[in-house]
Amino acid sequence: MSVAPEDASVHRSLGLTDEEYETIHGLLGRHPNHLELAMYSVMWSEHCSYKSSKIHLKRLPTEAPWVLVGPGENAGVIDVGDGIAVAIRIESHNHPSAIEPYQGAATGVGGILRDIFTMGARPIAVMDPLRFGPLDDPRSRWIAEGVISGVSGYGNSVGVPTVGGEIVFDETYRGNPLVNVLAMGVLPVERLVLGRASGVGNLAVLLGASTGRDGIGGVSVLASAGFDEASQNADKRPSVQVGDPFEEKRLLEACLELLDEGLVTGIQDLGGAGITCATSETASRGGAGMDVDVSAIHSREEGMEPFELMTSESQERMLAIVEPGSLDRVLEISSRWEISASVIGRVTGDGQLRILDGFDGEVLAELPASTLHDDAPEYERPLSPPENLIERRSLDASSGPVDCAADLLALVRDPAWVYSQYDHQLFLNTVVGPGSDGALLRLRDPRTGHETGRALGMSTDGNHRWCHVDPRQGTAMVVAEAVMNIACVGAEPMAVVNCLNFGNPEHPEVMWQLSEAVDGMSEACRAFNAPVVGGNVSLYNETNAVDIAPTPVVGIIGMHPKLSNPPPGMTLSPDLTLVLVGQQPNENVSMAGSRWAWEIGGCKDGSLPEFDLFQTVRTAEYVTEIVQRNQVEAVHDVGDGGLAVALAEMAVHSGVGMHISGFDGHRALFNESGGRVIVALSRTDLESFLRETSNRGVPAQTIGNTGGSSLVLGSTINLSIDDLTRAARDELPQALGQGTVSG
Amino acid sequence: MSRHVGVIRFPGTNCEFDTIDAINELGGEAKVLWHGDSDPGDVDAIVIPGGFAHGDYLRCGAIARFSPIMDAVSTFARNGGPVLGICNGFQVLTEAGLLPGALQKNAGLKFLCRMEQIQFASTANVVGLGASVGDLLNIPINHFEGNYVCAKETLKQLEAENRIVFRYTDNPNGSIGDIAGISNKRGNVVGMMPHPERATSMLLGSNDGTSLLQSLLSTGRAPST
Repeated sequence: MSVAPEDASVHRSLGLTDEEYETIHGLLGRHPNHLELAMYSVMWSEHCSYKSSKIHLKRLPTEAPWVLVGPGENAGVIDVGDGIAVAIRIESHNHPSAIEPYQGAATGVGGILRDIFTMGARPIAVMDPLRFGPLDDPRSRWIAEGVISGVSGYGNSVGVPTVGGEIVFDETYRGNPLVNVLAMGVLPVERLVLGRASGVGNLAVLLGASTGRDGIGGVSVLASAGFDEASQNADKRPSVQVGDPFEEKRLLEACLELLDEGLVTGIQDLGGAGITCATSETASRGGAGMDVDVSAIHSREEGMEPFELMTSESQERMLAIVEPGSLDRVLEISSRWEISASVIGRVTGDGQLRILDGFDGEVLAELPASTLHDDAPEYERPLSPPENLIERRSLDASSGPVDCAADLLALVRDPAWVYSQYDHQLFLNTVVGPGSDGALLRLRDPRTGHETGRALGMSTDGNHRWCHVDPRQGTAMVVAEAVMNIACVGAEPMAVVNCLNFGNPEHPEVMWQLSEAVDGMSEACRAFNAPVVGGNVSLYNETNAVDIAPTPVVGIIGMHPKLSNPPPGMTLSPDLTLVLVGQQPNENVSMAGSRWAWEIGGCKDGSLPEFDLFQTVRTAEYVTEIVQRNQVEAVHDVGDGGLAVALAEMAVHSGVGMHISGFDGHRALFNESGGRVIVALSRTDLESFLRETSNRGVPAQTIGNTGGSSLVLGSTINLSIDDLTRAARDELPQALGQGTVSG
Repeated sequence: MSRHVGVIRFPGTNCEFDTIDAINELGGEAKVLWHGDSDPGDVDAIVIPGGFAHGDYLRCGAIARFSPIMDAVSTFARNGGPVLGICNGFQVLTEAGLLPGALQKNAGLKFLCRMEQIQFASTANVVGLGASVGDLLNIPINHFEGNYVCAKETLKQLEAENRIVFRYTDNPNGSIGDIAGISNKRGNVVGMMPHPERATSMLLGSNDGTSLLQSLLSTGRAPST
């Protein structure tokens, strides 16, 4: 084995610093060879090692009695009762999607699904929070259209419904879109498997697609550095992988069959850092070592170098750890599903990861498996708030030209054009799908398919505007928004996963944003009793050295304990009374961080509206109860765009107008004070409802009635439902698709 | 009564268990038929469910028609056995020559998943039992290639022979004649793009698909000829 010192330029070109090189030198007691260096470079990349964020992530609450698997495994797993567990995970595929939108998004979906079936769960739902540059930017439109097509093309074909998500357009994402994907799966508790290699002599079987030169070093080249003008183009494209949903579908079915028959002792998906990551992670988690024969890897082309085989990020591959006696059956099932299977490794007892050319051949690399993980660097990077923070927070975000009716038409947006491209109904669980506050899925027993009478509520939420103004309170409000969204479908929060999309961690302001966001998330998750069971950190989201606005995205899952009828939803009928429930902002409420301030007023700073977390907890609990009891006719969370947009969404959705009084002027209509929900109920129920909210300490205020064919908001806005509907419905198809939709 | 229903599973099929659940809920006994088997066993009806058989690579249904089970489906259909192709199953039936015409990309060039209203245009087939021409149903569609196309003479023939089973009331995909489903001449083979199994509970927004599956179960298996 070559142990010659490497030319210093080699480790730097792989993304390792001189200090990191010295650490590797110390761990091995000798200079690493090129292959070893390549393996450390991918495993110690920001993407795989969380080296900049780990120190902050430790502050998140991660425990609860129902948490079976917390952060650090392929997916978080919670116990939802009746012997059923739920696996959930969210990930980003931001940089690949910026370069090749369709494949970037497609492989993002593929990767997250493998994380779920790795745990032994059948994936039953995907959500896709998407963020793009402005609609008037042709490149951003190209990225948006490609990403949506990629999610549709891959997700529909692989056969997992996309039940919700978000779509946001903002200047901050020009050149650096955010493509986050959440996946959820169900499994019998006893089938839970972990990505562990144990049992000396057991075999590591590589399943699925052949290994090619696609995605070499994707995690270190793409995910762990920002973009500049030049690199927008071709030179990073070979690092983007190409997805094959049909291969993934067969791989998924084959793996679930292997798990059903109890043929694997551990299983691991191949994602970032490819075979290096899968072999070293399974070995080090299992306290074992592994011999890996690179010559046994089924490859896509001749003459691939060992470092290419070991770091390739070719998609649709899994590594199964099987006892030798089970191998024949494993190969039989693989063959039935027409997927390739090769024995590429043997579990050893010495903790060493040895890369060999033939099991008895030359040793190409040898290192302690655990050093790729446990000894990865951990940085306490400098952090500091922006120098002009006080000045920024003193700005008044309510100034600007005001034409409330025109502003409302500009702010309403119906995402149906996007989600109608996604199969959101497969598996017959989708009681509430995309386009609503939260999704609600029937929970069926994965062993029998029988209904449990319960349902899972899910939502993904992020808000870069709030988090730009105040990353701490903004993130707490994002968590509250997610909780309120599932409250609107009757679900009580059980767990949260997060995708922390931030700029360059070498900028102290970005590290401050990250740290503040983690604290805000911790406070809110503790208040809602929703532990963080997994997450992903995406850094270096920057273009030409300008960082994106901080965008922590949360995915939440909760339980509706007894579902006999669909929840009320946001459909109105005439002659109902509308009540605003939750925190009631005063007339001087700040507009900072609102869509109005950013997109119309042109001010991105100021101080966020006051936010009472504990009031919001009470409101969310109360809303959950009234939805579970089907006590109201309609319910809708007040989110982006404030009260006026939420009311307009209900009116457009139902084709029913309304008269609202007491809210005049843009400040009252468009502020984004948190923790508010609109409830519609029959007049006869009003008195008892207000008595009940008062007894429960939940503020509530009657704001108007439904009826007619116009949206009348005090003396400020009077718009026909037809005009509103056209504005909401046509914006996305006109910008991204084929013009006005039919009908 | 056709109680035993075989539901074909190709690699890439994804609606097989939804279809089985929906049929079993109605008192049928549905089981998976693997595409590589050539004997469907003792079944009273066959469903080719939705999904992406063989990844829809080459062309939807183009590879699936060569799976060994398809010979058995042809024989079964020729003998009068009830066969229902849903979505991808409809595409497979056209590729296999059991139904005329073809399904091309939606006019809007986008995948579409949403509730659609369809209308019975003929009930002389295995899904029409108990229904009347003109009945309106809310059943979701979920396809990229659902734009039915056929030669003019074929369309005339379909109309003359009362073989257009469903028409969309608001054509979502550009199908000729607003066609959402057709049958063979005898009425025992039906292909439709909407997914009846997705409209089997008010929790899912509609149960208008139930009667179609019920009809399939109630249709007697025709005697062998």
